[in-house]
Amino acid sequence: MKLEEGPVSPSIPSGLAADATGRAGRIPLTVWIAMAFVLGAIVCAAFGPQIAPYPANEQNLLLGDTPPSAEHWAGTDLLGRDVLSRTIVGARTALVGPAIVAAGAFAIATILGLTAGYIGGAADSAVMRWVDFMFALPGPLIAIVIVGVVGGGFWTAVVVLVVLFTAPDTRIVRSAVLEQRPLPYIEAARTLGIPRTRIMFRHILPNVLPIIAAYVVLDFAFALVSLAGLSFLGLGVSPGTADWGRMLFENRTILFTNPMAALLPAAAIVITAGSINIIGDWTYERMSVR
Amino acid sequence: MSSGSLGAYVLRRLLVAIPLILLISLGVFALVNLAPGDPARALVGSRQASPETLAAIREQYNLDDPFVVQYLIWLRQALTGDLGRSIQGSQLVTTMIWQRLPLTLFLGLYGSLVALGIGIPLGILAALKRGSEVDRGVVTLGVFGVSAPAFATGIFLLYVFGVILGWFPIFGQGEGFVGRVWHLTLPAVALGISVLGLVIKITRASMLEELQKDYVAFARARGLGRRRITVSYVLRNALIPVVTAAGLIVVGLLTGAVLVEVTFGLPGLGMLLVSAVTQRDIPVIQGIVLVLAIFVVLMHVAIDVLYTLIDPRIRFGRVEA
Repeated sequence: MKLEEGPVSPSIPSGLAADATGRAGRIPLTVWIAMAFVLGAIVCAAFGPQIAPYPANEQNLLLGDTPPSAEHWAGTDLLGRDVLSRTIVGARTALVGPAIVAAGAFAIATILGLTAGYIGGAADSAVMRWVDFMFALPGPLIAIVIVGVVGGGFWTAVVVLVVLFTAPDTRIVRSAVLEQRPLPYIEAARTLGIPRTRIMFRHILPNVLPIIAAYVVLDFAFALVSLAGLSFLGLGVSPGTADWGRMLFENRTILFTNPMAALLPAAAIVITAGSINIIGDWTYERMSVR
Repeated sequence: MSSGSLGAYVLRRLLVAIPLILLISLGVFALVNLAPGDPARALVGSRQASPETLAAIREQYNLDDPFVVQYLIWLRQALTGDLGRSIQGSQLVTTMIWQRLPLTLFLGLYGSLVALGIGIPLGILAALKRGSEVDRGVVTLGVFGVSAPAFATGIFLLYVFGVILGWFPIFGQGEGFVGRVWHLTLPAVALGISVLGLVIKITRASMLEELQKDYVAFARARGLGRRRITVSYVLRNALIPVVTAAGLIVVGLLTGAVLVEVTFGLPGLGMLLVSAVTQRDIPVIQGIVLVLAIFVVLMHVAIDVLYTLIDPRIRFGRVEA
């Protein structure tokens, strides 16, 4: 009796992309839209100061907070700064931080996961004991406290998030490696007397890389939301920086005079993170279905 | 299973939790030394400090003793329920936590009610109507739930339901139970949405997995009704992963509560933590983190116990042994 209607992944990433595709090989509309948004954000991150109609930090204290107008499409904040320009320029900190976090966490997780999964034994139990410990902690709260107490802003936030993200990522890499280990090509490589590190990095790594790539994308989205949360709390970026989370915090009190000042950066966070998540889920489906 | 073995299991899990809690307490205590500069100065905070004050602080917190001695003194006090005093206004940390706790607890319960009450039915619906428009809609909602931090959702809710429609109050925490529900509805919805995506994803994925199992085909072959199969067989099995994920959900709710309380200006535990962090009020930070971390560890123990009760196949870890 054949029950399967199709491969279903029981893991967390949703089935949006695969269900919407219908046929393999076609990119669904939602993913195209998501890619367009991400591309837009990348362009803003690269050329923000050139695109923005006003300098992001140009104050106009006489003007103050005004609703959207012909001169200022998204209005101005309490210091008379142009909200649209600040949102465009803010794309840079919004994308650079998460990129470093996702790349850093996965670089470390790949080494730890390969070691734990392939070598096993004491190395495996040491790594997994640490992973379990990290899972037992309320991670984001620890990030708030450490970044707040240590100070140091952006880079402290990035380093703390790298450490927090490494634990779940290590678990993912390790389980992917464990799937590869009993396969014949590994046995063949061992019979040929290829050194362990070479097997790990030249033979196993290329085979687990696709699944890692999908998780890197999902990590990126989660890091974006986490860093925005930290800067919303006044941690991670210095005051005055054109940063989406920071803007939301500064402008939440002027919801009556210029709602756009808080809503535009909020929308920027949700749309960017949402688009990256959609792309990540789609990549994951593509990689795991094969 | 006898109640004796259950009791023994709970005890064993708690014993495993103790070294973990000790390790956490060590990390929490080390926060004083993590702050840049002189710990005594960190404990003074932003106040003006004369050399006499600094000397008094060093004396009070035993800062001239070795680290281990300092830690043991602090731990002994913490065990007797003394978490020290705030550096701002010298209020007892335990009193401050007790005062703020009810609001955060109320918000957390209300928020989880929203997340589970909406997320589980939606996840089930999406799985049953797999591949349909409904499924796609629910999954997209889930993706945005994961991507929308609680403060961004909160701002949108405040604007639409508070400013434009005026249905809900914008400030305050309300008087009495009804008033509190009324005032905390928008914050609770914002909090609920922040973990809604997770709940939907897990429910949908595990429902899909269960629906494909042989026992479902067998039940269908026997001619059992679709509703009966779904409710009494599939659902019961599908909700186990949701219980397992409760730890993730609780941590998500805690983080969300901090952000939501700041967004809506609610004086809960999260707000206290953020203001303590900005003022570098180390004793208050230590107290809150210790309480929350212990809460999370105990939550994990409770989930493990609940898990073994729900799933009779796992008799207290004997399966793996």
